[in-house]
Amino acid sequence: MSETIVAITGLRKVYGGKNPVTAVDGIDLRVPAGTIYGLLGPNGAGKTTTISIATTRAIPTAGSVRIAGVDVVAQPALARQSIGVVPQYNTLDRSCTVAENIYFHCRYFGMNKGEAEGRTARLLEQFRLSDRAKAYPQALSGGLAQRLQIARAIAHKPKVLFLDEPSAGLDPQSRIAMWDAVQALRGEGITVVLTTHYMEEADELCDRLAIIDHGKILIEDTPAALKASVGGDKIYDLRMRDADAREKLEERLRAVEGVTGVEAIPGGIRVLARAQDGLLARVVMTANECGLQDVTTTEPSLETVFIRMTGRELRE
Amino acid sequence: MKSEQRWGIYSRAFLGLMRRDLRVLSRELVPFLVRVAMNPLLFLFVFTYVMPHMSGGAKMSPVAGMAAAGGGGGFGTVLLPGLMAVAIMFSGIAAVALPLAQEFGITREIDDRVMCPLPIAAVAMEKIVFSAIQSVIAAALVFPLAYYVPSTPVLAHVSSWWLLIAVLVLASLVAGALGLTIGTSVQPKQIGLIFGVVVVPITFLGCVYYPWAALGHIRWLQWGVLVNPIVYMSEGLRAALTPSMGHMPEALILAMLVFFLVLLTWVGMKGFARRVLS
Repeated sequence: MSETIVAITGLRKVYGGKNPVTAVDGIDLRVPAGTIYGLLGPNGAGKTTTISIATTRAIPTAGSVRIAGVDVVAQPALARQSIGVVPQYNTLDRSCTVAENIYFHCRYFGMNKGEAEGRTARLLEQFRLSDRAKAYPQALSGGLAQRLQIARAIAHKPKVLFLDEPSAGLDPQSRIAMWDAVQALRGEGITVVLTTHYMEEADELCDRLAIIDHGKILIEDTPAALKASVGGDKIYDLRMRDADAREKLEERLRAVEGVTGVEAIPGGIRVLARAQDGLLARVVMTANECGLQDVTTTEPSLETVFIRMTGRELRE
Repeated sequence: MKSEQRWGIYSRAFLGLMRRDLRVLSRELVPFLVRVAMNPLLFLFVFTYVMPHMSGGAKMSPVAGMAAAGGGGGFGTVLLPGLMAVAIMFSGIAAVALPLAQEFGITREIDDRVMCPLPIAAVAMEKIVFSAIQSVIAAALVFPLAYYVPSTPVLAHVSSWWLLIAVLVLASLVAGALGLTIGTSVQPKQIGLIFGVVVVPITFLGCVYYPWAALGHIRWLQWGVLVNPIVYMSEGLRAALTPSMGHMPEALILAMLVFFLVLLTWVGMKGFARRVLS
């Protein structure tokens, strides 16, 4: 494995007050350099808090985060040199133009006038914002504002870019444009850590994923490995007419060659199976004798993984 | 990392923030000038031009009589340092408190500046310093107004440039720190209340329109206003510009300005850190 760029160890964050809330409850994470790393979980799982701590905007109750070897709690100002952030909400400087948003960001990070101007022009070009350079952020659509936020966040060439719910509020077209932009960052050697509660986004974009719920990491792996952990290449959900026949059917289905798992679901049976010619027909024939009403076939998704880990759907 | 390297990073970030503020200000130069000039212009016009031209106008302004008794010059001489103090204080509020209320509000547009490679306290310090520059400009604008508007010439005399510079710089920094304290301690939606609840009282009770010594007959008020930092701005400028008018001891003025600068900077920075960090 390549070097670790973000190292999170024993991270905890408890928000005080009358009813203390444990937002992050012991997270350990290693993000390899050069990857796109996703934190997948429902709203309120602790993803944003984890990112806030990693980007020096929240102080952890316990644990540490090191980015490129710099402790973000002990040396926040220096750690920020290695960090780019795109928060959930639009934080563009409304008193400055599109170009100035990038230009002054470059100046904050120590570039001189010429370097900052050059960098700004290149980024405007790269993110197709050149024709809006003199506009003010208020005049940008959601998708353009998001692109500008990403351009600004990487203007100082950070080692790690944090994207908090990057596709929240974007229309499908802007979302795909944003995915392309993020994937292009890989070529620039920027590691990306993003949070999302869209499993398609996690699946499409991320090299590795951590599934988070209630402030804890449930499982961490590549999307393919996570999906494989479900235990089959195909999922057949059988809806049965009567419940009595189910147990008997479960046994018979287990005996079918190619079936890797059988489990009860509300109103029927879920069959996990290898992708194999003729298998669906055999399953349907077997089930038909016990009152099959309907069958749906799917492939394991991250949603399936999440439901198996938590017993809940991702978007509850 | 070597400490020179670190200071290099910090100072470039600090200057970057200053450049950004300068660009934004330069775009709003006319509104800025109108904002800082309007209050002293109207004050001087009404009290030192219009009222003296009214019959019995001098009687309406008891301080004018006192000003005459205290060493010549009209009410304009009393007002010059006071209006400069108000201009300084207004700039602090307008340059820090009002923008902060917006930046901390729904837009959170301060985030990118907070994320620059600079300790958060220094980001807050930049706000104070930049506001102080505006305050100095605002105070300087009062001069030509006080020269041209009043019907009776203003008697200004700088006995010590060092005292004037020290008072001007300290007062301007105090105003920025006051703006930071207000901007970080007030909820954005309540910022409009600030003028009624804070700005107007500290102006009227800030020895702006009368010297502190003139409060001698109302002892409780004379002691009460000492908690108001504007008092030391007005009195400091009075000591530096119109020394013929009675004023507080210079050392006391400077000491109190330093005290308020430290106090308000500390409170303001605490508030700033609380608002940007969770």
